[in-house]
Amino acid sequence: MSTDPSAGPITEPTATPVGADAATPEPASPEAVAGPPAAGRKPVVIVDDVHVEYKVFATGKRPTAADRRSLKLRGRGKQMRSVHALKGVSFTAYENDSIGVIGTNGSGKSTLMRAISGLTPTSAGAIYSHSRPSLLGVGAALLKDLSGERNVILGGLAMGFTIKEIEERYDDVVAFAGLEKFIDLPMRAYSSGMTARLKFAIASMATHEILIVDEALAVGDRTFRQRSEARIREIRDNAGTVFLVSHSMQSIKDTCSRVIWLDQGTLVMDGEPTEVIRAYNKAQDK
Amino acid sequence: MTSADDAASAGLTKVGGRPPLREYVTEVWRRRSFIYSMARFKIESENQQNSLGMFWVILKPLLNALIYGAVFGILMGTVGRPPHFVEFLIIGIFVFEFFASSWTAGGRAITNNSALVQSLAFPRMVLPLAAVVQQFLKFLPTIAIMVVFLIATGNPISWHWLLIVPLFALYLVFTCGVALITARLSVHWRDLNNFLPFITRFFFYTTGIFFSIEERFGPRPPSAREPQGYAGHPWLVTLTDYQPVHEFLSIARAALLDGPFYETNPTYWLLATAWTVVLFAFGVWFFWRAEERYGRVD
Repeated sequence: MSTDPSAGPITEPTATPVGADAATPEPASPEAVAGPPAAGRKPVVIVDDVHVEYKVFATGKRPTAADRRSLKLRGRGKQMRSVHALKGVSFTAYENDSIGVIGTNGSGKSTLMRAISGLTPTSAGAIYSHSRPSLLGVGAALLKDLSGERNVILGGLAMGFTIKEIEERYDDVVAFAGLEKFIDLPMRAYSSGMTARLKFAIASMATHEILIVDEALAVGDRTFRQRSEARIREIRDNAGTVFLVSHSMQSIKDTCSRVIWLDQGTLVMDGEPTEVIRAYNKAQDK
Repeated sequence: MTSADDAASAGLTKVGGRPPLREYVTEVWRRRSFIYSMARFKIESENQQNSLGMFWVILKPLLNALIYGAVFGILMGTVGRPPHFVEFLIIGIFVFEFFASSWTAGGRAITNNSALVQSLAFPRMVLPLAAVVQQFLKFLPTIAIMVVFLIATGNPISWHWLLIVPLFALYLVFTCGVALITARLSVHWRDLNNFLPFITRFFFYTTGIFFSIEERFGPRPPSAREPQGYAGHPWLVTLTDYQPVHEFLSIARAALLDGPFYETNPTYWLLATAWTVVLFAFGVWFFWRAEERYGRVD
């Protein structure tokens, strides 16, 4: 990475170079921990020097017949490779924060989000949160063999709603997802955009204190993106905290009050969206 | 002041913890309609793509009974064959089928629903329970077939048929316990899902479904075929006395069939209840202990 963290705009209290607070966290003074002014605001998520290192079987590169014949790979069966995805990330998120998370592919954004939601254990450091965060990621449908309607019902029941409460919200959810015509089809017939829309609509049935949206909106079309960004702002305004992982700088600018820039598992910059995005773009152009 | 102190003072808890057991069980109970709805929806969608549809719920155990009846009733000798063999076989296969399919489905409940587990926060215990309830809902029509078959073959209707109601309720709870333990184990060790069909098959052949363990391995008096009589393997019979699935099968047969061979054994009721209480309580505790582990992707 060419950008020196100290080159970030440190004159502003809203942008904090990392490393300074990671070693000696002083949560008492807000500027030292988080970018935006946090005086009097309640911390909702504290990420304290988190490392994530995991071991995977290196089967990604399956040797071909030719590889197997070559001497170089002979005798190498399944190998354990260790991936150091996060190398000491620290920050504090407050209520009413909506935090954009940016970085190149493989910079550790999704790992950090999964760690915050408890789906990936931390190797060192700890994460504290006020309530269990919900993570909306791209990928599989909830229950792909069941229709959209049943996914809404089961999703609602799983989140603890009663049948009656779901019935009251059902039309809103379907309208929000914009899937009135397809709601009785099994979810395996949905496109990835439709799946993402329904998942977001189901998850936003509940009022989340902490919602993590990991590129889930990227596959949606423009209308849906605007609608979901409005919903994210609504959650934020209701004292919620939202993390938004995105490669769209425009939607980060539109929805976020604070941006975290990750690169190769370290936090490069944390502060005002415009400033961090400007620095990020500059580093990208190099 | 460290971050941990700061977190504690702000009322934050460490991510990846689990709620206390009592609170957890309450949360699961609150989601009982999720368990039932998921089981029902899954059965409907399972059969939607088959042209015979819901008929398969009945057809599968019938075909099973037919095949095993042909193989073990005709090809194999009559040694170890109890009175009312066809009824004996049908009850055995139908009742065991519920246990075997619940065991397999419950074991896979977490690993097969990873998308749901990773997207929404809810007590994961509802998934193996829903899998068992799904199998139980499929088991109910087969009970009806069983009863119709017994009436059609001229078995006298009797009040003790009603005993199957508490029996199968107990059986459901017992199976839930087994499914919960297996669901957690297969998260730690995926290979278990591949072993399960073999384990259930082992139980199928050793539980006494198409032969009577008491008849086959118990002592027999001298007869024309065995002039010396047959000492048998009493230890084997004693061992199966403590095998829970065998207990459930024996009680079901005793409740539904008549004759001296099918006397109700009160100790079996006691043992089966003990197995159920122990396995279910342990299963709930054991599954809860790893609650934070289930959504992990490492």
